[in-house]
This record gives sequence, structure tokens and C-alpha cells, in this order.
Amino acid sequence: MNKLMEIRHCRKQFGYAEVLTDLSLSVTEGQVLSIIGPSGSGKSTLLRCATLLETMDGGDLIYLGNYAARDVNGKAVYSSPEELRKIRGMFGLVFQNFNLFPHYSVLKNIMEAPMLVQKRKEKEVREEALALLEQMGLSDKADAYPWQLSGGQQQRVSIARALALNPKILFFDEPTSALDPELTGEILRVIRKLAEKKMTMVIVTHEMAFARDVSDWVVFMNNGVIVEEGDPREVIDHPTHERTIQFLRRLQEK
Amino acid sequence: MTIWTMITKMSEGLGRTCAIFFLTLLFSLPLGMLVAMLRMSRNRVVSAVTKVYIAVLRGTPLMLQLLAVTYGPFYLFGSGVAREKLIPVVIAFSLNYAAYFAEIYRGGIESMSRGQYEAAEVLGYSRIQCFMRIILPQVIKRILPSVTNEVVTLVKDTSMAFTVAYQEMFTIGKQIANSQTSFLPFVIAGVFYFVFNAVVGFIMGRAEKRLSYYR
Repeated sequence: MNKLMEIRHCRKQFGYAEVLTDLSLSVTEGQVLSIIGPSGSGKSTLLRCATLLETMDGGDLIYLGNYAARDVNGKAVYSSPEELRKIRGMFGLVFQNFNLFPHYSVLKNIMEAPMLVQKRKEKEVREEALALLEQMGLSDKADAYPWQLSGGQQQRVSIARALALNPKILFFDEPTSALDPELTGEILRVIRKLAEKKMTMVIVTHEMAFARDVSDWVVFMNNGVIVEEGDPREVIDHPTHERTIQFLRRLQEK
Repeated sequence: MTIWTMITKMSEGLGRTCAIFFLTLLFSLPLGMLVAMLRMSRNRVVSAVTKVYIAVLRGTPLMLQLLAVTYGPFYLFGSGVAREKLIPVVIAFSLNYAAYFAEIYRGGIESMSRGQYEAAEVLGYSRIQCFMRIILPQVIKRILPSVTNEVVTLVKDTSMAFTVAYQEMFTIGKQIANSQTSFLPFVIAGVFYFVFNAVVGFIMGRAEKRLSYYR
């Protein structure tokens, strides 16, 4: 199968603390991959390395055969800014706390990047943005400003904003952690719909039931390494590794 | 001398008062942004030099700076003192106010969350696009009250041009007060500044309101 994204032997240190240790991961087209694990296990750092918000100390990062970073004698060497610009166009990222632009209307939040970065025509971008809003159930919010929306609505706008650039792969960094349970549901429904449309997604999440339901591969991380990975029903319902068992039991106790 | 004569004579200096005010804003607002950028530079030398600049201009009286810029060239190089005092006055004011504006800009820029930069970066905005479209508009909204404060102070500070005998409104008023042994010119000056600042307050209030459509 076609590998959309691949990380090989990723190493990342903050000061003396090693956050990611020789970590490898790949995502194939149409795959929905969930990353679970305790806080501080390096899930978010991994996502930030994959989306170029953080630089790896060592390892390869490859999108569709294009190297964003290449390991040279244990050091990650990043490609030229133009190459990275091209690669940035291949993925989207949805943040935990949305990060919408507060001074822009919902529509402008979604439309500006496609027009500015991809230099597409306003008319075409507007049509697509409105279609995305409809898909998100937010048709009546096009002219609203982010502060007028609930957290769940803001997160749906930020998903629409990411989708407007037609990414090949969409990353989610704990997309429901800033939301109450009711609003969490509406975001999970949106992600599920995207999964049905075979959108390739990598989701860092604490929602175990959701991860088991929607993803076709799950990765359990602890202390900067992948401890266990596989079919979600296997890993979540029948974990084999001691640390995974412990983590899932603790979650259930809550 | 009647009060009307005083008002008329002092009004003749208002043009120069306004010249100091508007030219200082014209130069110090952008210069302050440049200073703020240098102050936040990753280059330690650049940042340290800028820090000294800000410390000196904020740490010494504007009045001394006016004297230094106006008469400094004479003492240092033996050159003549500029005939047109507006130039050294505006230079001194602009350098001084740029230091204050720089710190206001820096505060505003540093108060922006990293998430805004990261969202723009992931969406493919260049660094300049991110700053001009995402960061700067939000910074302007945040710093507007502090900027208003400085602008109101500037209105009153224009009176300091009397130290180099630049014939603006207050300088004329002071001369009349001396020759007529009257306190009245100072009262008139007070009213002038108050009205000027009422207009400034009104305009800045309107600007704040225009930006209140988002939070």
C-alpha cells in the first residue's frame, strides 16, 4: 500500500530529556491511525515533529516519497524551505485549542489560506468553503466571529479550515480535550464522517471508545517509544504489554 | 493686553504645536516598530544595543534630549545651531517616543499566543504574511489603550519645545506671561491642551470601538 507519511528512527530531545527514542511510524492512504498513551509519553511531540512545528534531532520524515528531513549520521537534516513549503501543503493539523484567527469571520478563517497560499480563485474557494461549512453543520455561521461560537463549533470551523487546503493527511492533536463531553460527541461525529470518506487521519486522543471505533490502527506510546500497536480491538480490548494494561485499567477506573 | 489678543497670538503658535505632534507620530510610530523588532532580534548584540537605546531614551528627561539634539552639534562639532528648530525638535521627540512605542509594541507582540503563529505556519503562511495578517492586527487592538496614553502625553509634551525657544503655542504663551506679568496665558494654554486631548480621546475611542467586533 501507498505510504503517505513515514517517520523513521525519530529522535527528539528537550535539553537532556529524551522525549522520543528511535521511533518509527508510517501511515498508508485511507488509514485512520490513533495514538494513545499517558501524558508526557511524547504523543504530541511526535505529532508536532510530523507537522514540522518541531524539528527532530535525528531520523527521516517522508511525505509521499518527498523527504522533509533525512538522517545523516544520526542527525536529521531538513530540506530546503521551498521543499518544506511544498510538503506543508500535503498535511493539515487540527489543534487542541482550535487556534482560529479571532479577527476573521468564520468564512475568512477558512478562505484566506487557499487564496493566499495556494493562489486559488476567490469564487471557487468560497463555494468550497460554504460546502465545507454545510458539511460541518455550520451554514448559518459563515459570517460569525470565533468568539460567538461554542468550543465544538470553533473546532468544526478549524477542521473545515484545515480541509479547505485539500490535505492528503489530517492530523488531530487531542481535538476534544478542550471540550465538554457533549461537544466532544459532535467533533467525534465529524471525524467519523471523514473516516467514512476515506480521509487519511492521525489522531492523538484520550477517547478510547472512539479510537477503537473509528481507527484501523492504534499505537500505544509510553516514554517516547511505541510500546504496542495493532488492530484497535486487539490493543484496547486485549492489551499484552504491562504498561498498556496498566494505562487502560486506570482510564476505566476514572 | 486683552485676553483676545493673547488668544490670537498664542493661536499663531498652534500650527507649530500641531507640526510637532503630527510629525512626531508620523516618524515615531513606525520607528518604534523597527526598534521593537531589533529589541526582539535573536542576535544578542543587536538586542543589547537596542536595549541600551531604550534605557537611555526612557531614562533621561525629554527636555535634556531636546537640548542635546538642538545644541549638541554646536558643542560637539562647532557647527551652527539649526535656524529651523522644528527639525531638531521633531528628531528628539521621535527618538524619544519611538523608545516608548517600541516597548508597547513588544509587549503586544509577546502577548500573542504561540498557537496563532503555529496555525498560520501549518496553513502555509509565510512569516511576513503571518505577521502582517494574523499577528499585527491583533496586536494593534491590544495596544491601542496604551498608545492612546502616549499620544495624550505627547500633546502635552509639545510644550517642552519652549526649552529650545521654538515658537509653538506654549512658548509664545510663556513669553506673554513674562512680559505682561499675567497668569492668564497659562490658563489659555491649559484649555488649548484640554480641547486638543478631547479630540484625541474621541478619535482613539472611535478606533477602539471599530476594533471591538472581535475578542
